[in-house]
Amino acid sequence: MIAFKLAYRNLVGAGLRTFLIVFVLSVSYVLIIFMNGLYRGWEREGKFEMIRWEVGQGQYWQENYDPYDPVTLTDAHAPLPASFERATENGSAAAILVTQATVYPEGRMLGIMLKGISAGQEVLAIPTDLLIPKDNEIPAVIGTRFAQNANLAEGDHILVRWRDVNGTFDATELTISGIFNSSVPAVDNSQVWISLDRLQQMTGMPGEATILVIGEDAVLPAEVAGWEFQGHDVLFAELDQMIKTKSIGGSVFYLILLALALLAVFDTQVLSIFRRQREIGTYISMGMTRRQVVGLFTVEGAMHAVLALLLGAIYGIPLLLYVGSKGLGMPEGTDSFGMAAAQRIMPYYSLALVIGTVVLVIIATTIVSYMPSRKIAKMNPTEAIRGKIQ
Amino acid sequence: MTHTIHMTAGLLLITSIAAAQPSGKEILDRIDQNMSAESRYVKSKMIIHGPRTSRTIESETWAAGESAFTEYLAPARERGTKMLKLEDQLWIFSPATDRTIQLSGHLLRQSVMGSDLSYEDMMEDPDLASKYDAVVTGSETVDDRECWIVEMHAKTEDVAYQKRKLWVDRQRFIPLKEELYAKSGQLLKKTELSDIQQHGSRWYPGRIVYKDMLKTGSGTEFIVDEISFDVEIPEYLLSKAALR
Repeated sequence: MIAFKLAYRNLVGAGLRTFLIVFVLSVSYVLIIFMNGLYRGWEREGKFEMIRWEVGQGQYWQENYDPYDPVTLTDAHAPLPASFERATENGSAAAILVTQATVYPEGRMLGIMLKGISAGQEVLAIPTDLLIPKDNEIPAVIGTRFAQNANLAEGDHILVRWRDVNGTFDATELTISGIFNSSVPAVDNSQVWISLDRLQQMTGMPGEATILVIGEDAVLPAEVAGWEFQGHDVLFAELDQMIKTKSIGGSVFYLILLALALLAVFDTQVLSIFRRQREIGTYISMGMTRRQVVGLFTVEGAMHAVLALLLGAIYGIPLLLYVGSKGLGMPEGTDSFGMAAAQRIMPYYSLALVIGTVVLVIIATTIVSYMPSRKIAKMNPTEAIRGKIQ
Repeated sequence: MTHTIHMTAGLLLITSIAAAQPSGKEILDRIDQNMSAESRYVKSKMIIHGPRTSRTIESETWAAGESAFTEYLAPARERGTKMLKLEDQLWIFSPATDRTIQLSGHLLRQSVMGSDLSYEDMMEDPDLASKYDAVVTGSETVDDRECWIVEMHAKTEDVAYQKRKLWVDRQRFIPLKEELYAKSGQLLKKTELSDIQQHGSRWYPGRIVYKDMLKTGSGTEFIVDEISFDVEIPEYLLSKAALR
């Protein structure tokens, strides 16, 4: 306890120097928590939105389907097995047929993915109730990004050209029956959604699909011949990787700040030990062991982290809570990376994150405080009392 | 008596016209004789007419069977770009990036350097007679030449265009106009061939205008500067080694 009292008195006595170190350390606390909270918030929201718009509770892919290899698309379709058909009929799954096509908005040529999805399904948030045909028109829904790129509005007609199952060109006109706003670019960028029945008819693939997206209530066998189940681990892999990369990039900033603060603590310790040799000698001659004196100086250094924690809490808690409740607007074009990113990210600060950050900073400060203090153990107390440089 | 003479004359006229009119298959065979060759070398210009400006791209092509190698000569930006087609595969070498990429999927549907031709159009097999049933449906004058109108319907389902319509020069058996249709009947592409020149025993167009009917713009002109048929092509030119 005496060590804490002495440490506190010495730190307060150092005045501005202590304040500056403590302030920089407190900014490190707040930044580490904020940045990690932001990435975790992005991850949570991204996954939530992907479940809602794209991946559901998992997907079955036709065995030839590889989203990274467009060549596979020609063969990536097969009749839906009976269990899949039952699931689509009772609304617990949605079947999607994928084909490549070209649209001609205002006479421009744009390559797209033409996707057929069960009209009226409720597994994904895509407004498929708008795909139910009226009159002789083929209704289609698109996302806001594609609508902007292709300069399309609700009610517009657009020519689409595709190849059927035999590779024969066909063309027809689609009517844009709705434009949805999704934070998941994978369902929006260069994607045109029409009803599954219609696309099956257009491509000559009756009863066939490429993907089956399952909902919460779906009860399906784990293994289905000709289809491969993809869980969230696979479907979120890209988002996880992206956030990991961003998080590593972002950590450089606060790690530099933390390193500066730790360097300042280290320097302060070296200077203290040099200037307070007489004090060290006195402690030892009064009966304190060298280990106790090393402990005293280490505690003094580590106290920077404790004071920084208190200071950080004073301005950090209200600031982080405010940002946490209002969210942070993502820069324009963030979703052009192809990753799910909401317009406003709500940072998520978990207890583990806060405790982990506190422990990390305190341990790091303690280590850099201890390192110069080890010199005390080698000091000759007589020489130290004399103030002779050792 | 007069009536009988008229009837006989009419019948004779119809018979002679029918005899003079070749069948659709004959016309397609004669077209293939003109247009197809074991191998060929072409030096050409492609003039792409955009909404505001036009661009000219010069190239040299060596083709044999279903393989072709093209090297772009001008403009400076495209110079050195090479394209290799081996049956149903297509590679492009770009000197700017020093990379060779294989085109697939979406990329094959993109237009070739902004023209009205897509890469997959270039992949089409030009042999018509083996893929289409042809019927002569009439005659019409195109560019002051008497033409047969030939409607072609695919023999099998696995061809790119189920229906094509050709206007074929009656004397030279070279198409002067072609229309390509989607299965639904939508007109997709239009081609006009002109400046027909004789090369030995065959006729070949010196200028071809391609127009993607779904796209705006004035189409893409293809001007043949130099052409030779049944030429010897070094083996390496039709292999991936030629791309570097």
